[in-house]
Amino acid sequence: MGQTLSPTAPKGGSEKALRVTRRSALRTFMTRPEVGSLVGAVIVFTLFFSIADPFRTGGAFATILYASSTIGIMAVGVALLMIGGEFDLSAGVAVITSGLTASMFAWYFSVNVWVGAAVALAVSLAIGFLNGWILVRTKLPSFLVTLSMFLMLQGLNIAITKLITGQVSTTNISSMDGFDSARAVFASSFPVLGINVRITVLWWLLFVGLATWVLMRTKVGNWIYAVGGNQESARAVGVPVAKVKIGLFMTVGFMAWFSGMHLLFMYNTVQSGEGVGNELLYIMAAVVGGCLLTGGYGTVVGAAIGAFIYGMTRQGIVYAGWDNNWVFFFVGAMLLMAVVVNGWVRTQANKR
Amino acid sequence: MKRNTTYTALLAGAASLLLAATACSSEGGREEAADGDVETPELTIAMITHEVPGDTFWDIIRSGAEDAAAKDNINLEYASDPEAGQQASLIQNAIDREVDGIAITLSKPDALEGAISDAQAAGIPVVAFNAGIEDWVDLGVQQYFGTDEHLAGTAFGERLNDVGVQKALCVIQEQGHVALETRCSSLGDAFEGESEVLYVDSANMPEVRSSIAAKLQEDEEIEYVVTLGAPIAMTAIDAIDDSGSDATVATFDTNAELVGAIQEGLVQWAVDQQPYLQGYLAVDSLWLYNTNGNIAGGGTEPVLTGPAFVDESNIDAVAEYAERGTR
Repeated sequence: MGQTLSPTAPKGGSEKALRVTRRSALRTFMTRPEVGSLVGAVIVFTLFFSIADPFRTGGAFATILYASSTIGIMAVGVALLMIGGEFDLSAGVAVITSGLTASMFAWYFSVNVWVGAAVALAVSLAIGFLNGWILVRTKLPSFLVTLSMFLMLQGLNIAITKLITGQVSTTNISSMDGFDSARAVFASSFPVLGINVRITVLWWLLFVGLATWVLMRTKVGNWIYAVGGNQESARAVGVPVAKVKIGLFMTVGFMAWFSGMHLLFMYNTVQSGEGVGNELLYIMAAVVGGCLLTGGYGTVVGAAIGAFIYGMTRQGIVYAGWDNNWVFFFVGAMLLMAVVVNGWVRTQANKR
Repeated sequence: MKRNTTYTALLAGAASLLLAATACSSEGGREEAADGDVETPELTIAMITHEVPGDTFWDIIRSGAEDAAAKDNINLEYASDPEAGQQASLIQNAIDREVDGIAITLSKPDALEGAISDAQAAGIPVVAFNAGIEDWVDLGVQQYFGTDEHLAGTAFGERLNDVGVQKALCVIQEQGHVALETRCSSLGDAFEGESEVLYVDSANMPEVRSSIAAKLQEDEEIEYVVTLGAPIAMTAIDAIDDSGSDATVATFDTNAELVGAIQEGLVQWAVDQQPYLQGYLAVDSLWLYNTNGNIAGGGTEPVLTGPAFVDESNIDAVAEYAERGTR
């Protein structure tokens, strides 16, 4: 790459760190996009840790991690997409589409649920492909393309479910072949130090690690930053912009498939009206974690921290026993605080 | 091919025999009632609700409405929108199409006032169902079918007293929904123990599960988790498992899955507002009014469809209907 458009270019950072003083090494660390959100997370954690007794227990931590992971897994895909300069409003209902597809395909044709899961994967990737393909073909903003997809999927979810099952939720498939193994993969839990941790937490960490490696260590990662930073100059230096964008939408599709499988195998049935509004939580996790809405900047680790902040806040309010009428106000205020702290830390670090 | 022809011939023979055996005498005798289909002219009825798309509860309402329409020779035009403003437009739309009757849910009565008076001005009868028991008379709506959320909440609270519960958690899946808030507050008034409200978001089941589990971990004295919808009740069962609490689940409203859960003893009871009946009566009453001038409840009293309790004592009778999506 002739020019790196991202301020978080991994190579420059480490070379410089070798030559400069300790204070500058700290500064390099402080200017990383996820640091602000890390500070926010520490503040939120400390706050709830000090005021809510149950928050300090292992069981509570497992609950928070689970809530964070269901948002966080999607936030991995959404953060990558945002770094690439686009966002996806259809991500919330796409999760439900995937769960519905797997369940109804397996049920209707009486096949092993893994077959249903495979079909759902194809459908989810196709939705991602379609989002990306329409976007690069029509050059419409992602807001319009994915909003249309959101509405279409919402309609399809309900209409097709009703058509196939005669009801608006899927049939319970928990007795079908392959369900137990699928549940083990997507929705089991395992004990760690006496607390039950959901497997989604493991998958979440794995996806975050994988995505970070791609972003920081591979050519594709550079392409993603370049496409998000300045599409035209990226194209000028030979980045396959269209492929990168379509690939990013398909990554979101993959994560939606995974989340959909989790919902299905965790709850046995899927209601076709679910998922609406969750797309904003994914975007929010990415933004709280330091991804810019304009693209070209941010990390997946940051998005994971963002999801964790949301999980801690949402559940922490319950643990603290605060008046429930205020719950969404507190969630909003906490998130706002996290974003402001994030921005403040970054400007302070850059000033020095 | 040969076999097919033989069958057809046999069938035709059987049919003509049957026809001969059941043929009426041409004069005298009692007139046979038409079986099933009515002979009234086809009516067009618009049903407009605040359904949040894809919820099992509304599916049952709609089944009731469709069954009544099929029986009464009614062309049912169903439409829904959770936004009150959109609902008003849908009513206006039905008036423009000069339908023979409008059945609506009054979840946000004030916003629908104008549209309802337009319908009355156009001479179209309007009935309300499911929501709006406080407001339908003032709005000049002809009849009301539904449950009194206050009564239902009270009955629920009294039942908790009978069981001897000290502390209950009331889970509201849509903050600010008047009917849901009424259920929990009336429950709290009638309940002698302590009841607390928890808000969750029904579009996000992992969050519902985590939040209920978190609440149970926070307060270990909670003995009953009260949910206001069947899918939420199913998730509450899992949340109780997660949290290691001994709490029991009881709920408002049913669906097929929940009926199974009551049979297995996972859910203690459900207050049933009989959504099928609400949909059915709303359509059927408009047919009665159009063909016979009847007004159920006399125009001043609501026709109640609940609260009816479904528990292990009567679950088997309900289960067969739940299976086909009408309970």
